[in-house]
Amino acid sequence: MLFVIYVVVTFTFFLIRLMPSNPVEVYIEDLMTNYAMSYDQAKNLAASLFSYDIDRPLWLQYLDYMKNLLHGDLGKSIVSSNMSVSKMMATFIPWTIFSVGSALLISFFLGVILGRIMAYKRGSVLDHTLTTLASIVTAIPSYLIALILLVFIGIHLKIIPLKYLRGAYSPGIKPGFNLKFILDAIAHAVMPVTTYVISTVGSWMLSMKSNTLNVLGEDYILAAKARGLREGTITRKYVGKNAMLPLVTSLAISMGFVFGGSVIIENIFSYRGMGWLLSSSISTRDYTVMQGVFLVITISVVLANFIAELLYAKLDPRIRR
Amino acid sequence: MKSGIKLFFYHLRKNKVGFAGFIVLLALIFMSYILPYFVPLDMETRVNEIFKPPSWKHPLGTDFQGRDILNQIIHGGKDVMNVAFMAGLISTAIAVSLGAVSGFVGGKVDMVLTSIADIILTIPHFPLLAVLAAFIDFKSSVGLATLLGLLSWPGAMRSIRAQVLSLKERDFVEAARVLDLGTGHIVFKEIIPNMMNYIVMNMIFSMRSAVYSQVGLIILGFVPFTSTNWGVMIHYAWSRGAIFFKGSLMYLLAPIAMIALFQWSLVSFARALEGVFNPRLRGE
Repeated sequence: MLFVIYVVVTFTFFLIRLMPSNPVEVYIEDLMTNYAMSYDQAKNLAASLFSYDIDRPLWLQYLDYMKNLLHGDLGKSIVSSNMSVSKMMATFIPWTIFSVGSALLISFFLGVILGRIMAYKRGSVLDHTLTTLASIVTAIPSYLIALILLVFIGIHLKIIPLKYLRGAYSPGIKPGFNLKFILDAIAHAVMPVTTYVISTVGSWMLSMKSNTLNVLGEDYILAAKARGLREGTITRKYVGKNAMLPLVTSLAISMGFVFGGSVIIENIFSYRGMGWLLSSSISTRDYTVMQGVFLVITISVVLANFIAELLYAKLDPRIRR
Repeated sequence: MKSGIKLFFYHLRKNKVGFAGFIVLLALIFMSYILPYFVPLDMETRVNEIFKPPSWKHPLGTDFQGRDILNQIIHGGKDVMNVAFMAGLISTAIAVSLGAVSGFVGGKVDMVLTSIADIILTIPHFPLLAVLAAFIDFKSSVGLATLLGLLSWPGAMRSIRAQVLSLKERDFVEAARVLDLGTGHIVFKEIIPNMMNYIVMNMIFSMRSAVYSQVGLIILGFVPFTSTNWGVMIHYAWSRGAIFFKGSLMYLLAPIAMIALFQWSLVSFARALEGVFNPRLRGE
């Protein structure tokens, strides 16, 4: 896992320094032509923003970059000058954790419940309808679901006032621990969360259904029935637990997927989280911010995968050695 | 005895959803590759016909420059499908060759290849593509397709590797080895034909993810596409305010419907193919 993080970090370093249109050089040129700075002035400013010295050999720059990274120093934003990237991200991260986190949980449990119902009522009209729905929603890209929701619920049917569909909270309200702010933040999160839930719940439903069907055919279920255990106990403790287990590892994969989708979805709802920050830093060519956000997103997905593996080993005694 | 094609359709038709997906897929391919020869592309700006609701003259209305939307829908599929197909082909080619090598050779080679696959698999693709789009100028769709293909092979490679590992131990491969037919013969004549279903399905799934990433990048405006394209239509409908007028909703909804249909038909067709290839899933 540490190796993967190391590869990503190194890759990002070389991506920014060695690309044909090296952003540092471009930035220095830009300062020289547009702000009439001398080369030295421009170079010093660039060096302070990217927090490394350009004149030093590449491998020393690389060591500096790694050292700064370990201290949480990601340089300063190019566009909003003097704003440190880590401070900037600190204001955006909570929104993504809040919306993506709650969406993943809602979607997971909704999918597990619906999938179990589908498995128990297999062959019924309900099962067919839900299976068809689930396979349709999984096929549609999440950002298209976001656009459809925005257009119908927000603009044309006006179910949710449009002002709740832009931003993470209303402009007038100060973030703080009070009811007004919390309600406002929830109202703004409804649409992005609904989008994430719709786009991921289908695959949970389908895999929960097939897992449950597999478990129902196992011998230990028959044995449990023969022992005269109550139906409820069997459903919860025997079928439910065993069918849910394989889904735990998928949770990390799903998280990576939702993070990826959030780049577009947060943009559609102007929801100011990490996805929004990534796409806006790419459009404004704010390379230091872009590098920081990309590293944070990637490292958290890698960590999530690692945790999921540990968790799986903990939950399933059969693969413990 | 039924011939191969007849047998293919016989089993395909058993899966109703899969068959519907197959028909929709054919219809979309026909619309995007054949129809443009009969309906010329009309990109002339008409100031007096901006954002007109659907009518006889313009069945789906007009866009922000007074251009017919149906016309753009017909011409906008080819690009999306081309990129998807090329990306799928590249990704599958890499997946098959690396998967076969990894499974067949084993040892250190296998370890290195699978860890590369694991690393690429854990990195979230869309943020990576978006970041790369800031550095690479995607002038042609070939460049984009290549990049999409280079990123999407690991999943398929792992399942092909697993297949090779299990096929390697089968009797007919053992027989070929005893006959000293050579590694090339064993891989290409014995093993690969026996996992054609995996290869085709993985190709369809990587086409699907290529559509996802490609259209996503276009909507965000990170890939400069000038030609008509379903993704470009969504991008403009979104950025030029078509979403706020009831009459011009089709400018957004028509390309969305096309992409959703394409994605859905790919998935259901792939599921139906599973039934065609795998006799155990056919039921009675």
